Amino acid sequence: MSSSSVLFDEPGPRGKRRIRIASIVTVVVLVAVVVLGLDQFASHGQLDAEKWRPFGQWPIWSYLLVGLRGTLQAAALVAVLGAAFGLVLALGRLSPVRPLRWLAATYIEIARTLPVLLLIYVTLFALPAYGLNLPLLWKLVLPLTVANAAAFAEIFRAGIVSMPRGQNEAALSLGMTRAQSMRLVVLPQALRAVAPSVVSQLVSLLKDTSLGYIVAFTELLYRAQVLAAYNHLLVQTYLVVTLIYLVCNLSLSGAAHRLQTFTRRRTAAPVPEKTP
Amino acid sequence: MNVLLDNLPALLDGLWTTVWMTAVAGVGALLLGVLVTAARVSPVPILRGLAFGYVQFFLNVPALALLVLFVFALPDVGLLMPLTTTAVVVLIIYEAAYVAEAVRSGINTVAMGQAEAARALGLTFFQSLRLVVLPQALRAVVQPVGNVMIALVMNTSLAAAIGVVELTASANKVNLVQAQPIPIFVGAGLAYMALALVIGLSTGFVERRVAIVR
Repeated sequence: MSSSSVLFDEPGPRGKRRIRIASIVTVVVLVAVVVLGLDQFASHGQLDAEKWRPFGQWPIWSYLLVGLRGTLQAAALVAVLGAAFGLVLALGRLSPVRPLRWLAATYIEIARTLPVLLLIYVTLFALPAYGLNLPLLWKLVLPLTVANAAAFAEIFRAGIVSMPRGQNEAALSLGMTRAQSMRLVVLPQALRAVAPSVVSQLVSLLKDTSLGYIVAFTELLYRAQVLAAYNHLLVQTYLVVTLIYLVCNLSLSGAAHRLQTFTRRRTAAPVPEKTP
Repeated sequence: MNVLLDNLPALLDGLWTTVWMTAVAGVGALLLGVLVTAARVSPVPILRGLAFGYVQFFLNVPALALLVLFVFALPDVGLLMPLTTTAVVVLIIYEAAYVAEAVRSGINTVAMGQAEAARALGLTFFQSLRLVVLPQALRAVVQPVGNVMIALVMNTSLAAAIGVVELTASANKVNLVQAQPIPIFVGAGLAYMALALVIGLSTGFVERRVAIVR
């Protein structure tokens, strides 16, 4: 039983009738909206077969898939660099050394409250003025890493803080150093605990790579823009690209979910009890 | 520093656009998000499915792709609105999914017994939602919703990419003319941080005000 179903009883005859009526009304409204929408599309000729036929052909897809490769490449780089830097920041923010703690906290608080687009404009228009002209890929990856490192740091910190103190204390009492305790005892558990947040951050950074549209880096949305300017099929191209993003992110979350249940099954197996 | 003062009108115009976009889109997203959540916990399976699909769709699609779709593609099917209005509409439907996620997690924190007690007293679905569950759930989600609002401030900057002259765009424009990136971008960054700080402080204030003393 899901938590939502506690809000209402198993419906009786009258309740069932009401639910049925509500369902019918919903379906009617939904169908009306869809029909109106399709009519709007059709009356402007956007449903014509020749406007959609290109998307059944390989050249268009191969063109968009190159963009998808760019998207995934940028996302992978941002994920790896951002997570690594974020872990360092999280450890810094929790370190016993006060200047280190302040430094990490300042960075995190600043980077969390700056829009990514502003950071991108800085790398695009400000850094070249100081002689730092990065390759196109890094003009996208650097600002995204700066922003996502702070987000990852907060996720990791939440995970580390949520660990029971006893874990660290037990490790220290076994004679481990602080670093060993963090590396061998606290972090492995903390990272597993925050895996869902990490996945939603991965989805969010994959969405952020669409800012390559501004940078003119060859990723999905930028390719879509170029394609739409060429074939004038704006509606179709952008709809298809939006759906590609949707499929990518859903399969990313799905894969992560499956991986998580798999590891939980492996790690949370009941410890066999010794019978005396 | 002078470059900031000289271009203050343009930058303040941008800041003002950012602020009112955030305010309008924030209120809209709150209302729509609560509605979506209500549909998501309703006894009508189709509504539940629709609300779930809505949230999943907008959580997994980039805001920029939606902005581009709405601004450049939908005029081709006869849906043409003023630029800023379009951006605000997109931000509303996009952030509403995040608000809905936050509010739903709040509903999950309300103890089972509360809803069961409401049912036992004979309250209908809407009564138990309105009088018992939502008042507690909304109190629990002040902080998460505040975070969504801060994310909304950040996302209003995406409107710069489609030509709305808000803070990020006006900072960029001023910089292209004046070529003094450090004061201009630092100034814009400080303005964003101030906005986020205001939202963070006011959510903290609201949370303390509405907290239930148990």
